[in-house]
Amino acid sequence: MVTTTHYLVLGAILFAIGMAGIVVRRNMIVMFMCIELMLNAVNLTFIAFSRGFAHLDGQITVFFVMTVAAAEAAVGLAMIVLFYRHKDTVNIDQANIMKW
Amino acid sequence: MELYVFYLFAAVAVISALWVVLFKKAIYSALSLIVCFCSIAVLFYQAGGPFIAAIQVIVYAGAIMVMVIFVIMMISPESTFPGAPGLKRLPFVVLPLSAVLATMLVWVFALMPSGAESLDGTLFKGDAGSIAKALFREYLLPFEVTSILILVAIIGAVILTRREE
Repeated sequence: MVTTTHYLVLGAILFAIGMAGIVVRRNMIVMFMCIELMLNAVNLTFIAFSRGFAHLDGQITVFFVMTVAAAEAAVGLAMIVLFYRHKDTVNIDQANIMKW
Repeated sequence: MELYVFYLFAAVAVISALWVVLFKKAIYSALSLIVCFCSIAVLFYQAGGPFIAAIQVIVYAGAIMVMVIFVIMMISPESTFPGAPGLKRLPFVVLPLSAVLATMLVWVFALMPSGAESLDGTLFKGDAGSIAKALFREYLLPFEVTSILILVAIIGAVILTRREE
């Protein structure tokens, strides 16, 4: 039988992989995809608790997370395109104009 | 049976998530992320969320990833990451794998019952009707605020990418 713990462990593994991707990769688009992966890992834990407590609120929260993720994707990708237009690269190391 | 399906798709999700990080080219990462999202959708379905599973496939694996792939193809980013360069005979590996995965997806969605026994023994299922009831009664205000958020996101994306004359 699949228990809540199964989902939580899987969610933790996926979240860790996404976080490792953020740290390791320098390509903005891949980092963006890792953020999406982390959001999905969190969604998985929400669904697991929703199932565990037999309550729909977790699934509603996942619904809102997905809407916010869609909005974030639109704005984030627009920012990546804008950055590429200015710097001719999507390497995050080139994004240093606010650094001092 | 339920446990086997869980382990199968959990393994697919973890392996494809690793590929997202490890592939050198962004387009391969995006394609493995789609596989990852689809297998997570199966887990959502199995955990009693058929509606959320459908939204996962449509919005995440569909809309968002199409947008990401569109951007990747538009700017074709070069990579300095010393990762897996992509297999040489990738189509011959990926085509059978995706055929198997698609068959399993259809099998799960068509034959497995969604919903799970909750702690008190009742069958719990978040289908479209019950989600809609909760969404339009208790969560009406957040739902409306979300529409404002999406409007702002649309305007922001348009203003950001507009070319100044």
